[in-house]
Order: sequence, then C-alpha cells, then structure tokens
Amino acid sequence: MNTRRPESRGATPRLSEAKSRDPFCGRQKRGPSATLGATALCRRVFLASAAAVTIMPFAVHATPEALAAAIKEVTGDAPLREGKVTLDVPPLVENGNAVPLTVSVESPMTAGDHVKAIHIFNEKNPQPHVFNAWLSPANGRAVVATRIKLADTQKVVAIAETSKGEFWTVHADVIVTIAACIEGVT
Amino acid sequence: MANVLVNAPKTAKKGQVVEIKALIMHVMETGFRPGTNGRIIPRNIIEDFSATWNGREIFRMKMSPAIAANPFVSFSAVASESGIIAFRWTGDEGFAAEHQVNITVT
Amino acid sequence: MTGLRLAAVLIAVFTASFALAQGDGRRSGYQDMSPALQKMQDDDTANPAMLFVQAGASAWTEKAAAGKSCADCHGDASISMKGVAARYPAVAPETGQPVDLEGRINLCRTTRQLADPLAAESDGLLALGAYVALQSRGQPIAPPDDPRLSSLRAEGADLYKRRQGQLNLSCANCHDDNAGRKLAGASIPQGHPTGYPIYRLEWQALGSLKRRLRNCVVGLRAEPWPYEAREYLALESWLMVRARGLAIDAPAVRP
Repeated sequence: MNTRRPESRGATPRLSEAKSRDPFCGRQKRGPSATLGATALCRRVFLASAAAVTIMPFAVHATPEALAAAIKEVTGDAPLREGKVTLDVPPLVENGNAVPLTVSVESPMTAGDHVKAIHIFNEKNPQPHVFNAWLSPANGRAVVATRIKLADTQKVVAIAETSKGEFWTVHADVIVTIAACIEGVT
Repeated sequence: MANVLVNAPKTAKKGQVVEIKALIMHVMETGFRPGTNGRIIPRNIIEDFSATWNGREIFRMKMSPAIAANPFVSFSAVASESGIIAFRWTGDEGFAAEHQVNITVT
Repeated sequence: MTGLRLAAVLIAVFTASFALAQGDGRRSGYQDMSPALQKMQDDDTANPAMLFVQAGASAWTEKAAAGKSCADCHGDASISMKGVAARYPAVAPETGQPVDLEGRINLCRTTRQLADPLAAESDGLLALGAYVALQSRGQPIAPPDDPRLSSLRAEGADLYKRRQGQLNLSCANCHDDNAGRKLAGASIPQGHPTGYPIYRLEWQALGSLKRRLRNCVVGLRAEPWPYEAREYLALESWLMVRARGLAIDAPAVRP
C-alpha cells in the first residue's frame, strides 16, 4: 500500500514497492514555491500540478542489506533466537518524529544470567542504527524506553545480548503516516 | 547549562527496583535533513548517555540520529545504597551536560 | 505537582472535555490523538514540553533590567496565574488594545520590567508562555465578556470561514465540516486552542498558536500574514470564543 505522499519524487520507483525512496517528506520543492513550501497539508492533499523536483543529496536510505550488516556487526555468526524480548511500539504513528518505544527482556538480571546489551535497529531510515544500551545486574530489570525517529513505514528490530552469549530478537512493524521531517521555518 | 529534567525517587528501600527517567533539551539534528537553502543541515546529536550510582556505572546508551529530538530515556536500577545518581550526556560539537540527584536508601 | 494533585487535574481535564464532547459535540485535539501520544502528554516526567516549562519557571524569578522579575509583582505563579491563559486574548489596560498572552508578557517586560521585549517565537517567550499556560491546566477557556473585543472576534469569525489560498479552503471546511475524519492517517481535530503553546512533533519543538495558524495558512498554499498581523489575533480571539468552556490542557503534545 502506498503510504507516501502522492507527489512523485521523480526517482525511479523501487520494484518492490510503489513507495518513494525518499525517507523525508516535505522539503522537496525548491525554487519559487519554496517559500510557500511543502508543508503538512500540501503533503496530504493531492495536487495534480505538484510535479516535485527532487533534490536528494543522498541517493538511498538504509537497505535490508545495511540492516543485516549492522546486525551482523553485533552478533557475528551467532544464531538469533526469537523470544524473551518484547518491543512496545505503536503500530500506527501520526508523526515519525517522536515514536515512543519500550523494549523489555525477560531475564533474572543476576550475575550469572543477565542482559548485557540491547541493540535496536531500523529498516528504512537513512542509517540502520537506533540505539545500543548496556546493562548489568545493577539494573534489576532489562527495560529501556525512549522516543525514536522513523522515516517510513518499516520494521524495527530489537536484539538482546545476554551474559551467556545468547542473542534473542523480536521485530515490530510500524506504519508511519508522516515521516520524520519538519515543516520548515514558517 | 543544558536544560535537563530528571525524575528519580528521592527515597527507596534497599533492593527495590526504581525507574529513572531523564529528559534533556537537544535538537538532535540528524544530518540528513535539507534546510530551506537546499543544503544539508550538519549532524548535531547527543551520542552518549551514561548514569552512575555513587560512581559505579549503572546504565550506558549510545544514541544515533534515529533518537527523537529532546531525548527521553527511561531505565531501571536496583537501589543499592544512599548517595548520588549522576548523569552525563556528550555529543557532537563538544556538547557535554551533567546532572545529579540524591537518593536515600533505607 | 504531587501525584494526587496531578491525577485530580488530569481527571478534571478529561472529564471536562469528555462531558462537553458528550454535550455539544465539541472535543479537544487531545481526544483525536493516539493513546501513545496522549500518554506522552499526560506524563509530566516525559512530556518534552516540560523542559520549556522548567525554563519558564526559572525565567519567572529572573530579574530583568530594571531589577524586577515576574515573581516580584506576581509572586507564586500557581496562584496569581491561575486562569490567566484561559482568558486571553484580552484588552491590555496600558494600551487599550487587545493582546494575546505572549503580547501581554512582552507588555509587562517593556512597561514594568523596563526590559527589551522577547522576540516572537523565541525560546524565552515560549518558555514563559508555557509556564503561565500550565497554571491554567484544567481551567475552562473563559474569553472575557468585553465589548471592546467584539469587532476583533467578528473579524476572526469571518477569517475562519473565508476560503483562501491555492487550495481554496477555509478553516471551517476542515475543522467544522470534516473534523473527525482522516487526513493522511491522522484525525482532523476541531481546532480548539486548548493546549497552547504545544510541543508539535512536526516541529520537534514548542510553538505558539500563531505558528500553528501560519502552518495552516501555508498549507492552504496561501501567503501567510506577517507575524505581527492583526489577522492572527482576530483568529485567536474567535477561536477562544468558539472553544469557550473546554478545559485547557497546556502544554500539550500534538502530532
């Protein structure tokens, strides 16, 4: 389903989706219309005349390969097990600029068995990392909450690394209606 | 002095797991966003956040441009002893901020 | 705010908005947000707007040029500023002209504190505005019964219904005729200014009602009026009358 703004970006659409490549909506118009600007409303309302010219200094955003590479950097060749980790993210967000996210891992958090680190990755932002957190038995509970930016409808992946050297993972799908971007100075 | 809002209990029972929340004002400019002149606004983010309890590290986080502006973090800690919980943020352009709270553990 | 007081205020806000929503169909934008955003707004320890409130609380006691701080005249803001944000725009006695809350703050700065006015949409002005607005949280919007505001309000009501811009839409087209329906996945709110200044996720910062109105006008592909234009004051005055009785939930979070 195309959840992007209807204005075509002028870039070749990817074969897999009809979505625009550009992770940041809005500020794509340049020239005389720049002062009126691409704003929230103009993104939402289809304009037949809106043949936007894309000025994209960077060509692509994170690919599934980049995500896989980022995960591999952390886990090496160790297997990823599903379970123990819970990702609490809203399934649909109005604005990708501040998406509340809570990650929790079932763990006794004892010296012998605790979560050493939690790594969060994303699929379609310009870069695949979200955050890394390092924990110890001093935390009592392996729960971390924060707010993240999501530039497109995508998967968020959480990987928990335990003191026993195991990697547990879960992912969540988030629909982002307005991508992480800003209205510009108006 | 950075604008920081920390929420941690003032008292706790020994062994109790407490929730600590920290909010700091920071633009967290991703480095991917074009400005109104069409040029990319340079990256300016907080990269490291850490917390210590009487000097011992209890939490550390590496932030990326994917963390929302005015970063908010919440984590847990076991109330071990009375003292000072100290927080430190560092990032681009030499950004550094510190804050501490007292806690009494009975 | 203690947990109990906070809970009481939140219940009051929710009940007030909900009761009115039941009664005459009006609802605050808070009710059109997702539960996750409502939670972000409700938690004073996590609401990013509270960083600005904290800065405002500190500015409240800062002495300005002539040696006076807000606190020197107004004392404890939680007492003296209670209900104030709910009754602006109002006519300022010094000038006999209507001002909004930010205008009122700057009048105090220039005439009483003998200091420079704070720049429009500056962190300083927003922080003070957020701190003052917070003191009215839970209070019903109560535009003053002042005949001197009638013509301004009538102008505002007119502007509200006037189609403008390339999209040729009026405020009423969206916020009256289509409120509650979806626009790009988000619900169109009725447009009541209950939460200003708001932390808008789109801005990743705190902003005033004026800024939001400018965004709307630009969104209609119309030329926004200059910052000092009377049009904003007229619209604000009208919007407050339109929102009469709805509970203030400042400083709010909005998408």
